Amino acid sequence: MSTAANTATSTTNGTWELVIGLEVHCQLRTRSKIFCGCATSFGEAPNTNTCPVCLGLPGALPVLNAEAVELATRASLALGCTVHEASVFARKNYFYPDLPKGYQISQFDRPLATDGSLVIGTQADGTPRVIRVHRVHMEEDAGKSVHDRFRDVSAIDLNRAGTPLVEIVSEPDIRSGAEAGAYARRMKQILEYAGVSDANMEEGSLRVDVNISIRPSSTSPFGTKTEIKNLNSFSAIERAVEIEFARQCRVLESGGVIEQQTMLYDDKRNEVRPARSKEGSHDYRYFPEPDLPPLRLSAAYIETQRAALPELPEAKRRRFATEYGLGDVEIEQLIVDQTLAAHYELVARASGDARRAANWMLGTVLAAVNASGRSLGEHPVSAERLGALIKLEAAGEVSNTAARQVFGLMEEEGGEPLELAKREGLLQVRDDSALVGWIDEVFAENPAEAARFVGGEKKLQGVLVGLVMKKSRGSADPKKVNQLLGARVG
Amino acid sequence: MSETNSPTPMHETAIPSSLRTHTVADAWQCFDRNDVAGLNAFLSLDRDATTTGALTGTGALAGVPVAIKDNLATLTLPTTCASRILEGYVSPFEATAVRRLREAGAVVIGKTNMDEFAMGSSTENSAYGPTRNPLDRDRVPGGSSGGSAAAVAAGVVRIALGSETGGSVRQPAAFCGIVGVKPTYGRVSRYGLVAYASSLDNVGVFGSTVAEAAAALEIIAGHDPLDSTSADVPVPPMLPARAHDDVAKPLSGLVVGKPREYFPANLDPRIASHCERALAQLAALGAEVREVSLPSTDLAIPVYYIIAPAEASSNLARYDGARYGARAEAGDLRSMYERTRSRGFGDEVTRRILLGTYVLSAGYYDAYYKRAQAVRTLITREFADVFASGVHLLFTPTTPTPAFRLGELSDPYEMYLSDIFTVTANLAGVPAMSQPIGLVDGLPVGGQFMAPHFAEPTMLRAAAALEAALGATAGAAGVTA
Repeated sequence: MSTAANTATSTTNGTWELVIGLEVHCQLRTRSKIFCGCATSFGEAPNTNTCPVCLGLPGALPVLNAEAVELATRASLALGCTVHEASVFARKNYFYPDLPKGYQISQFDRPLATDGSLVIGTQADGTPRVIRVHRVHMEEDAGKSVHDRFRDVSAIDLNRAGTPLVEIVSEPDIRSGAEAGAYARRMKQILEYAGVSDANMEEGSLRVDVNISIRPSSTSPFGTKTEIKNLNSFSAIERAVEIEFARQCRVLESGGVIEQQTMLYDDKRNEVRPARSKEGSHDYRYFPEPDLPPLRLSAAYIETQRAALPELPEAKRRRFATEYGLGDVEIEQLIVDQTLAAHYELVARASGDARRAANWMLGTVLAAVNASGRSLGEHPVSAERLGALIKLEAAGEVSNTAARQVFGLMEEEGGEPLELAKREGLLQVRDDSALVGWIDEVFAENPAEAARFVGGEKKLQGVLVGLVMKKSRGSADPKKVNQLLGARVG
Repeated sequence: MSETNSPTPMHETAIPSSLRTHTVADAWQCFDRNDVAGLNAFLSLDRDATTTGALTGTGALAGVPVAIKDNLATLTLPTTCASRILEGYVSPFEATAVRRLREAGAVVIGKTNMDEFAMGSSTENSAYGPTRNPLDRDRVPGGSSGGSAAAVAAGVVRIALGSETGGSVRQPAAFCGIVGVKPTYGRVSRYGLVAYASSLDNVGVFGSTVAEAAAALEIIAGHDPLDSTSADVPVPPMLPARAHDDVAKPLSGLVVGKPREYFPANLDPRIASHCERALAQLAALGAEVREVSLPSTDLAIPVYYIIAPAEASSNLARYDGARYGARAEAGDLRSMYERTRSRGFGDEVTRRILLGTYVLSAGYYDAYYKRAQAVRTLITREFADVFASGVHLLFTPTTPTPAFRLGELSDPYEMYLSDIFTVTANLAGVPAMSQPIGLVDGLPVGGQFMAPHFAEPTMLRAAAALEAALGATAGAAGVTA
């Protein structure tokens, strides 16, 4: 996985500096919606996960889902934010067919949490590249307008209406498309680690809006920004940012002005263009939601949620470096998700050789898992048995080649590595009499080569070792064979 | 809050026999005999209505006919809020207050007329025509719960549900000569009450007598997990028995405040004199009457007419024609919204939506909405301070005039002033009620009690004592058309 490790440079073209802020909308992994008991399951028949509350029927009232508060609090803490003991829900008023109440319940001037940060990589001087998180607030999702299902009319599916979201707003600290991509990747990772979201971009549980402006130099005030909405992949974020940067540079350099507007990124044509007609600036007429009292969280509650957080990626990076002595690239690959990292740790402990375990995990094991089309958890070779195999390899009991053969057998039929290696005759043979026996046989079968070797033609040693290895079906200890062969020369 | 800490053991307020003896059959007889249809008090009727409770006779209100304001969701009849935009709409769920009445055995015989979306003080702003006052058919019953008040005053039902945002139960109760109670904000669930201004809306009750209203309130009160603003406090007996043995002076120990701002120099002297008589009666019953001051009272109407429309503009946004209710067909989305809402809403509703949109707009929010909220806090604190000074209840006129004639108040601002004595209780969230205290030119005059949060039992006990003392001279309670 490419990381932000060495991407922390600004995008400039010598004249203009790029300034970026991201708004990440993340769907919380709750069983039910934020203000009612409807299920949040994805892919149900249209309008089946609905009730009077999430349909906004006359007289229905919202009741806040405690699980959503729990997960939003954990998300905030995972990002190092201050979670406020009092926050206030507000109404964001606008008309849209898939917004059943005519307003969205969100948080406005008193959000759940503020002032966090996210490390997106390491800078050239070795210090971490930190992007500040401005705020985290809770809100409900709207429904979906469906334009391609019926001829000439649009339909509305309100299954998604009322799905709990957190919106995570960064400070305008990001300076390049690569940084924007790295921020989004690290955000996804930390939200997954914190257990608050599936953070699945294809299913829309992680959606990203990018605010972009340019300015002559880092000391200048910010320029007018445009917003690119609903980017649904990391590469789209990176590409859209660079295209919009180039567009803004062209506009300003040709004497034009940047208009504050909402843009769309067209993946197929790889272009950024204004969204529909230019809409007037929105006035959402925010005011405190009178149907919900202020959200009050005790300090003890907040600490309980903090304690419930698992080890987060940044801590794991540091620990893997000190505890296992791994390099940055290996660490990033191993902690890409928690299951892999946890499995690696089991293998490392079982084998007693962290470096060798990392090589096995990132090489043979991941290749095998990917080829099988199953997940790591479903893979038949347990961490304990893999650890035992690596131990055999490290101790020189089996060669690397033989170990891979044993691994293949463990995948196919299970069983203990030592027994399999024995059964297949793959244990390294270091017993002089056996080795001498094989050497004698090879000499007998290849008298000419043997004679030339003994006569001093040293380059034949490799050929002879190979023949001995073959005869032993890989089980001979090549070091020992070399020694014994060497002893036969003169 | 003292009521919630009271060690009084919980027991149900006795259901007055007057409630149990008036059956559904009596209701229909009264309806037909007195040409109640001509009052236009009901928007829909359920002539076949019976309930399980009525059949088994187990519930406290088994077989008792009740009328429900048309902004409370019911499963069996339409819920239109007297608006074209909800014409024919039947709710798939029921308001908690209605459900509790039904579970007590009450029979919902019909949904009552109202000012459209509860915006008005006369029940003239209904898309289905005005309701008439049963005591004088040329006059309004008051609003916005005028249909429910008229149904009780005409004798069809003895209790009915209404709703209050600025006085919409107490003002029509005063105009129709019956009892109307607005409980503490949060005492009765708003679940299923179609929202007008959420922070001010309350479900309220009408009764022919104080005891009847208290019984109905006790049944619908109590915490509801479906309403996040519903208070999680126990429901005490709403009309407790006399607190001590002094039969002659049952209110001794009670301090009743007379706020001078509610008795301005230009108050109709006939209304003032009825209030003075009631205050004298309270004193005769043992209460100490003390003059007090609530200096911010004159700010209540302007504050109300900023906050209520602001919330209304948001609450009424859902009526867009997209999902339910009336839809005007149009070529594009924006035109569909515009036509649906222009045709669906009446003038008063449109006026308040526009006003509310304006006061919430960027650039005006601080000057109007935010300042209004600050003043609301001030008004609330003044109430708290007065009650903290040892005053148990306040007594005032309910309205500045008796019922006016249909069409008499054509200027919306004049109409707004008819709630001048009632809006404060909604802004402060305190319980308040109106009861008949006399007649002016044959028209009833209402007296209002206001109490600290959750002190309904104190208020209802004083009201019951006053009712008994004033007796038949009080007014028109029980008068049929």
